Amino acid sequence: MGLGSLASRTLTSSRILSSQYSRFRPIVTKPGLQSPDASSAAAAAAQPEPTPPPPRKPVGGARVELTNPDDTIEVFVDGFPVKIPKGMTVLQACEIAGVDIPRFCYHSRLSIAGNCRMCLVEVEKSPKPVASCAMPALPGMKIKTDTALAKKAREGVMEFLLMNHPLDCPICDQGGECDLQDQSMAFGSDRGRFTEMKRSVVDKNLGPLVKTVMTRCIQCTRCVRFATEVAGVQDLGMLGRGSGEEIGTYVEKLMTSELSGNVIDICPVGALTSKPFAFKARNWELKGTETIDVTDAVGSNIRIDSRGPEVMRIIPRLNEDINEEWISDKTRFCYDGLKRQRLNDPMIRDANGRFKAVSWRDALAVVAEVALKVKPEEIVGVAGKLSDAESMMALKDLLNNMGSNNVWCEGTGTNPNADLRYRYLMNSSIAGLEKADVFLLVGTQPRVEAAMVNARIRKTVRASNAKVGYIGPPTDFNYDCQHLGTGPQTILEIAEGRHPFSSAIANAKNPAIIVGAGLFERDDKDAIFAAVEAIAKKGNVIRPDWNGFNVLLLNASQAAALDLGLVPESSNSIDSAKFLYLMGADDLNLDKVPADAFVVYQGHHGDRSVYRANVILPSAAFSEKEGTYENTEGCTQQTLPAVPTVGDARDDWKIIRALSEVAGIRLPYDTLAAIRSRMSTVAPNLLRTDEKELAAFGPTLSPDCTQKIDSTPFKAAVENFYMTDSITRASKIMAQCSAMLLKK
Amino acid sequence: MLARLASQRFLEIRQAFRQSSQAYRSFSTALNYHLDTPDNNPELPWEFSEANKAKVKEILSHYPSNYKQSAVIPLLDLAQQQHGGWLPVSAMNAVAKVIEVAPIRVYEVATFYSMFNRSKVGKYHLLVCGTTPCMIRGSREIEEALLNHLGVKRNEVTSDGLFSVGEMECMGCCVNAPMITVADYSNGSEGYTYNYFEDVTPKRVVEIVEMLRRGEKPPHGTQNPKRIKCGPEGGNTTLLTDPKPPPCRDLDAC
Repeated sequence: MGLGSLASRTLTSSRILSSQYSRFRPIVTKPGLQSPDASSAAAAAAQPEPTPPPPRKPVGGARVELTNPDDTIEVFVDGFPVKIPKGMTVLQACEIAGVDIPRFCYHSRLSIAGNCRMCLVEVEKSPKPVASCAMPALPGMKIKTDTALAKKAREGVMEFLLMNHPLDCPICDQGGECDLQDQSMAFGSDRGRFTEMKRSVVDKNLGPLVKTVMTRCIQCTRCVRFATEVAGVQDLGMLGRGSGEEIGTYVEKLMTSELSGNVIDICPVGALTSKPFAFKARNWELKGTETIDVTDAVGSNIRIDSRGPEVMRIIPRLNEDINEEWISDKTRFCYDGLKRQRLNDPMIRDANGRFKAVSWRDALAVVAEVALKVKPEEIVGVAGKLSDAESMMALKDLLNNMGSNNVWCEGTGTNPNADLRYRYLMNSSIAGLEKADVFLLVGTQPRVEAAMVNARIRKTVRASNAKVGYIGPPTDFNYDCQHLGTGPQTILEIAEGRHPFSSAIANAKNPAIIVGAGLFERDDKDAIFAAVEAIAKKGNVIRPDWNGFNVLLLNASQAAALDLGLVPESSNSIDSAKFLYLMGADDLNLDKVPADAFVVYQGHHGDRSVYRANVILPSAAFSEKEGTYENTEGCTQQTLPAVPTVGDARDDWKIIRALSEVAGIRLPYDTLAAIRSRMSTVAPNLLRTDEKELAAFGPTLSPDCTQKIDSTPFKAAVENFYMTDSITRASKIMAQCSAMLLKK
Repeated sequence: MLARLASQRFLEIRQAFRQSSQAYRSFSTALNYHLDTPDNNPELPWEFSEANKAKVKEILSHYPSNYKQSAVIPLLDLAQQQHGGWLPVSAMNAVAKVIEVAPIRVYEVATFYSMFNRSKVGKYHLLVCGTTPCMIRGSREIEEALLNHLGVKRNEVTSDGLFSVGEMECMGCCVNAPMITVADYSNGSEGYTYNYFEDVTPKRVVEIVEMLRRGEKPPHGTQNPKRIKCGPEGGNTTLLTDPKPPPCRDLDAC
């Protein structure tokens, strides 16, 4: 992807420069032309010492961390000396020196294969060109990347790669963002000499997400290494040998891993492409918007590629701390849910029970009228899974101004406690999990709850052989994991030291405990948290230099909700509610709502709660609004609008502001900046984007708990990974995935 | 008119060459992906026999205990012998379980090597060497004779399930070219033999096949009665005595 810009830069930069200067040449007088003395002075001054060559900047603006300053060695890349940490390969050294070496099989996050041979460079005193991705850089090595030998090697390798490659560019989805296209333009020769028959390969069926045209495969084995190392499912392999090699699963097996969509990004050619996106658009007609994913609590950084009003695809953005370069399948393919079942007009349910589209004025008037007639203690508001912080702030303000404090967010349970932040955040931070050497997973299945956290745990387990213990219902993991038990009894055993795993925690340098947010729904959650904190205290899990006590949240809105204080006054306020304001809350149990309650649903999809609603107010989805989301580790991030909203929908907070105006209890903010400054009075960390606000206090302040633990075993918090919120439930791709890819 | 004749002749010549290049694909079973059939699918149970389980343990003892996967090739060979000359998917899965790797790693090895047959072969799998030394001594006629006699094509099994013919690479008997190998899977893994039949002629090869069909054991090695092993007809003319020791220099001279 980076090489495409490199190629276009080399091709177009010279053109622009020459055209600019041919059309407009500024006429400027020089000091030498003004007087004879000035010219001789200029001549004398014209022998300055040769300006030193500009310092080299690493490729892509990367930051180089020299972890051990004594351990750096110096190599010369094209004559320029660079200091690199010991152990780096020649290719990495060249990257630090600012030279981007072409490659196909090398990927910075996968193991080294060295089979494409495109990265060949010339190294002095070496008889043959050297595969820079595999050769460790030795001190004093002189690396030459632009000599005739290196160029000839690249042209030769490119010629070989193109030999059996089909002429599919016009029909290949990867055209325009294809590494093979870009590198053959930049480094290949202009003609080939192949006149034989090309080989073709049978396409494999990998599922509803990954489209395979295996004839285009150049056998770089990036997908095989990704599946084995990062995704943890050993399904793909290289079968056969020689030019008849095929990448496949041998037996007919679908790629069921939740990270399977990442092979689409990784494949340098169009062999593995996105099936839902097949033939839909070319990459140059898409506008990329950098935003955040809200389908789970991780807040993976994504780029929404849209064409006009339609979201065409979602691809990951690099964020070393949260999602590295990967996103889960749910994040990647939920976008077609944004086009179905959308609410676009305010609607009121009339006397026959049918919905009628009305204007905003009428809808708001009706809602305000009912809200003012109801007693304050009968007003209840629930924020949804995908709500942003601004709208939750507005909802709480509105309901507080109406006299009610029964506002909460879905998923935080009936009795949430927002006093101590460490109790609902991932205190070690997602990147910090890499330092852990023992994991204890309590009531959480990271693979389905937060696939990126699971990828991080797997990375740690692979790198340092970390031990993982799991308490909960039996599930499969893609790393070695001991199933310690199914319920709270096991926690008590570990806390008291009776369980063999307690010694593992005691001997660990950096133990990490991850508690699932599914436990918030339990009545005995305080007791369970107290027990887990006992384990933490015994195992020295919370220290000044390492806080291993983590809570893995389920929804994108939970952390911000608890930071803003969306804590209800009473735990069963729904039973006596007369006015229920659901802001995107679709996973709420509405059975207990009284039959005469007036339910307002403000959301973007006609999902479950709409059936009980009396008034529908359409709002914008995450791809259409600028909202603040806080992820499970406490990092505040912002979404940006990629496409315009559907129909007459508005931003959530604006609807509430308008409602407040109509109801006569006007909220004091009119602009985004104003509501954000209101947020800063409650939770100032929500304004500091891309920064993590760590929990200030530890368990020393937590109150003693007198609850008894209920020994019912833990339930799985997420039953269907592919359908967890209103967007994914409306998505056809997600429906196909849950039909075909879930393990039965 | 002459041009047309010339172009037609060109076409014929090209076709003659193309036929030989098309045949290159039929080394063992050429498909690099698996298609389920009633007698070859992952649901069928497969286990090493009791005698072979002991052999498996012995094979595994050759390798370090944390590198069990190094034993994949001998174990696949044993599984192939046990199953009558070919490897069903369930056998490969069983080997994967023994060496504790994912099945795809075993599939990768089995598809790499052409001597691992992944589809059915006959009880006597006849392999004809087709490399240059044997070819110029007439291996193409040997193969034709076999295929015509048995009435099958390459890699096809005869209807009685006894014979199949395949092409092999050079097996090192260039002095005794042409030759065939008979991989005998008729007695399971205990009676497995892999014998060379060298200096064959089209007539002799048919005789060998008929002897095998009757259950006899034809003598392996050179089929030319006048030769002893790889010596010339009529006995050796060189190497009749022990070799002369190399001259030793005068150690006391300096």
